[in-house]
Amino acid sequence: MNYLLLQAPAETSNYMIAGYVVIFGVMLLYVISLILRRRNLEQDAQALESLGEQEPTR
Amino acid sequence: MEKGAKPRLLTILDVVTILLLVVATAMVFFYAPMEAVMGQVQRVFYFHVAAGWVGMLGFLVAAIAGVAYLRTAKRKWDIVGLSAVEIGMVFALINIVTGAIWARPIWNTWWTWDPRLTTATIMELIYAAYLLLRQGIEDPDRRARFGAVYAIIGFLSVPLTFFSARLFRTIHPVVIGTNQPGAEGAFDMTSLMLQTFMFSLLTFSIIFADLLWHRIRLGRLADKVEQMKLKMAE
Repeated sequence: MNYLLLQAPAETSNYMIAGYVVIFGVMLLYVISLILRRRNLEQDAQALESLGEQEPTR
Repeated sequence: MEKGAKPRLLTILDVVTILLLVVATAMVFFYAPMEAVMGQVQRVFYFHVAAGWVGMLGFLVAAIAGVAYLRTAKRKWDIVGLSAVEIGMVFALINIVTGAIWARPIWNTWWTWDPRLTTATIMELIYAAYLLLRQGIEDPDRRARFGAVYAIIGFLSVPLTFFSARLFRTIHPVVIGTNQPGAEGAFDMTSLMLQTFMFSLLTFSIIFADLLWHRIRLGRLADKVEQMKLKMAE
């Protein structure tokens, strides 16, 4: 496509929107994954701590 | 402060990061002028390059952490390295995908095996292998040693990717330096565009610092859980 022959800028808004959906979408997914992994690990740590407390009484 | 509680400084950094991202986004859409030839899609440039920068920064931090681990054998450097690789991969992926989206209207194709695109993909795959291979090693010390050596050797792919658009015949334009004769999609930055670009780089660097801090805290917690499991298994 020879854009030099065009008078006005090319109509490329849809690609721009797609680009920013990817940028914000991937960043958001990563932040959500951090939150979920932290929550799971905190639950694991809590469970292991309570197991450790029960162990000496056995 | 309660052990494991979120530091106040991290909360402040979170707020600053979000504010910077809002301002950078507003600058991209309302402050920077529309490029005369490519139109709106050129606005992808600001975050596309900034994401690429953060990807490479992540891999650089991982290599430095690898050296630090080999010198000190302290587990914290392994956590830093793993965290930096993970964040680097996320942003390198954003860079590659947004590049393909930008390429479609400008190069008339989603993908071409151009040297820059090829080296960037190889770089991403090298670090994907880092994450996969790490998972196969059970002993934490062996895993950390492997991760450190891999991050140092894997870093060779970063300068190769960065300089590929300058060393080889490519259609990918460069921001710093002279474009190859066949480069397509290059443009002259106005001062408003340059300001937006520099602000985006700053914003993404702060995003990296913020995410790295969060990821390191997560890594420390994962390490603690792993140690507890090992202790219980004994």
